Amino acid sequence: MTAFLDLPTLWAFIIAFAVFAYVVMDGFDLGIGILFPFFEPGPERDSAMNSVAPVWDGNETWLVLGGGGLMAAFPLAYAIILPALYAPIIAMVLALIFRGVAFEFRWRDPGHRRYWDFAFTTGSIVATLAQGITLGALLQGIEVEGRAYAGGWWDWLTPFSLLVGFSLVIGYALLGATWLVMKTEGAAQDHSYRLAGKLALGLIACIGVVSASTPFLSAAYYERWFDWPQVLFTAQVPLLVALCSGALLVGLARRWEYWPFLLTLALFALCLLGLGISMFPHVVPSAVTIHDAAAPHASLAFMLVGASVLLPIILTYTGYSYWVFRGKTGPEGYH
Amino acid sequence: MFDQFDALLLARFQFAFTVSFHFIFPAFSIGLASYLAVLEGLWLWTGREVYLNLFKYWLKIFALAFAMGVVSGIVMSYQFGTNWAVFSDKAGPIIGPLMAYEVMTAFFLEAGFLGIMLFGMGRVGRRLHFAATLAVAVGTFISAFWILSANSWMQTPVGYLVNEAGQFVPQDWWAIIFNPSFPYRLVHTVMAAYLTTALVVGGVGAWHLLRDRANKGARVMFSMAMGMVALVAPLQILAGDMHGLNTLEHQPAKVMAMEGHFESHPDGAPLILFGIPDQEAGTVRNAIAIPKASSLILKHDPNAPLNGLDTVDRAEWPYVPVVFWSFRIMVGLGFLMLGLGAASLLARVRGRLYDWRSLHWLALSMAPSGFVAVIAGWVTTEVGRQPFTVYGLLKTAASASPLEAPAVATSLLTFIVVYFIVFGAGTGYILKLMGKPPHHGETGPEAGPDHPIRAAGITPAPAVDPNRTLAPRAKKWPRFFAKTMRPSKKGASDSIPKVESTFGSDALGAET
Repeated sequence: MTAFLDLPTLWAFIIAFAVFAYVVMDGFDLGIGILFPFFEPGPERDSAMNSVAPVWDGNETWLVLGGGGLMAAFPLAYAIILPALYAPIIAMVLALIFRGVAFEFRWRDPGHRRYWDFAFTTGSIVATLAQGITLGALLQGIEVEGRAYAGGWWDWLTPFSLLVGFSLVIGYALLGATWLVMKTEGAAQDHSYRLAGKLALGLIACIGVVSASTPFLSAAYYERWFDWPQVLFTAQVPLLVALCSGALLVGLARRWEYWPFLLTLALFALCLLGLGISMFPHVVPSAVTIHDAAAPHASLAFMLVGASVLLPIILTYTGYSYWVFRGKTGPEGYH
Repeated sequence: MFDQFDALLLARFQFAFTVSFHFIFPAFSIGLASYLAVLEGLWLWTGREVYLNLFKYWLKIFALAFAMGVVSGIVMSYQFGTNWAVFSDKAGPIIGPLMAYEVMTAFFLEAGFLGIMLFGMGRVGRRLHFAATLAVAVGTFISAFWILSANSWMQTPVGYLVNEAGQFVPQDWWAIIFNPSFPYRLVHTVMAAYLTTALVVGGVGAWHLLRDRANKGARVMFSMAMGMVALVAPLQILAGDMHGLNTLEHQPAKVMAMEGHFESHPDGAPLILFGIPDQEAGTVRNAIAIPKASSLILKHDPNAPLNGLDTVDRAEWPYVPVVFWSFRIMVGLGFLMLGLGAASLLARVRGRLYDWRSLHWLALSMAPSGFVAVIAGWVTTEVGRQPFTVYGLLKTAASASPLEAPAVATSLLTFIVVYFIVFGAGTGYILKLMGKPPHHGETGPEAGPDHPIRAAGITPAPAVDPNRTLAPRAKKWPRFFAKTMRPSKKGASDSIPKVESTFGSDALGAET
């Protein structure tokens, strides 16, 4: 047990948690941005924007913790991955700038509102695509020599990484649609249900294609998933995915308000678990393990003291903030 | 010349550009968050409505500045990896945890309570709302604590060992966090943020006083801001002097560059006021100097010997002209601020604070000077650290990612374009908000029956109108961010959704 749960492993879990928290929370923010053109200008757009305006900022902070945590806990991995994925990461941060300020700017200047709406949508789509491409490129492997990235500047651009990017766009859009199913009512909610139905089918197809192609990226992945008797455990993941997918489709058809969002989250959690099964204990697949990349014990221990006290507190007041803004949002919102 | 434009130089320029741009927003929001907490506290304490009006007036501006600070900060947290990968690998074990603590103790606190601070007035009790405002203010301060600790460690590294992979391994966290230059840098920077905000608030107050010297909100904000400038400007000069002495002790080459001392002065160094530093020749041309004054300031003894850059290996010189001039800009503006503070005290004593138009013009013209001084100070300290990222230990040239110049050039150009579009628009909106006077009886252009109620995201607020607060319906405090203070048209006010709240209504009633 102690051998398994050493500090680097613990930190790998904490960072995975931060990434998941980010995906859960900023996923629906970005999803709303992706779906924005499908909403009617006016009250429908306003209420969609208002449903995330008070919380997007806290949601995005998990991305900073994911990135900052990676630098702190696995500096070598950070130093290899970020230059390797230079273009998608720069694209992501720039897109997040547009996404972030659009919340504030569109209210301040009605004359240019459609430009900020456009910036909001484009920013959301580009940021999501970039995140998906980053994940796909990481999964397909990064060329490493010594302690540095040794590949070219376009290595990240492959059909597989684009596939993952596209899938994430569909996935976030579904999170956004099911979030709005929870947060709106009337015509806006009907609209969200219709969008969510189509997106759910799309996401299920995407998960299928990505899952089917991942094991063929490298022999290591293949063994992870299909070696006997491990397959008895790993097979549970696709089974659960199938189960959640079915429940999601039923939930949308029967108009259960809360379940579609929660089931979409469950699908994301299962995908992350699948990713973990493929990669662990590597942080740069087939090149660097979490133990190679880990910061010295003194760094990890110092941060763990803070994280174990602060993360529960953060989760508590984040939960409180969501509680304050619970319930349905109207178009007049709280700006 | 063009062979200089290699990937390293471009990466340095990119970092300098993005960090300078980013730094504007925290420098403003640290001070503004505290100011907002003071305003809300004063309102709760005294029940005077003018404080609530000012709170809401500045909150709108804070929301814009904060959003821009957040998004430009995300760029910073990823740029360490994209452009400075070797630095991240080597210094990550020390810098990383400090920044992780910044995220965990400050960013989440600010972001978690910002929503309540901005939009929660109708949803939570007034004490809780005040607590949220305080949480945001404290969060900005904690953020400054950690990031300045990290930056100071890069300037005066202690408490580390170096392992076989060349990484800095933390040995004594207490020593790392409270490294020798950290206390000075923290005090100097936080005071700079307060001064910057006070100058902006004072400038806005002055602008509105120039147009209407009876405006109550403008009077209160001008008086508060000028009081702050008068108090903090002299303290800041004192703190800057102490910071300078600390720098002389730990980073002498930086002080030599600031002072323009290429040569050593064995019997008292002159204070070079102005001149043209020539890096190649190692001399300051056309210098106007006060004999022995530099020794007097730095050593408190006019005849004390002072070393120059001739005692430092030429490969380890910072680029003197930039450090020399940015330092003079910062100090010059600091003394102007001192003068403004003194003038405001004089005006106050004579009872002419709200009537002395020259003072208002001066305050208005100095509104942006805090930002300029902050960036000049930042340039002084960062360029003065060159050619190292971790002072004396890790060269900047050895810190960069294995990047190709076209990749960095492309991203740099994109950054410049995006920043100018986004932050240009943001600054425009902030100026637009500042252009509106902060008092009752004013109406924003987007109010009224011809416009949608949610135009500009702001609900007309009939309950803020003094007459309406006395009406029975006044108990219902409408939406927060009420900007339109003129008595609204009946039709518009009737269609406003009412939110039950304990916030604001009775105090407003009492005020009127």
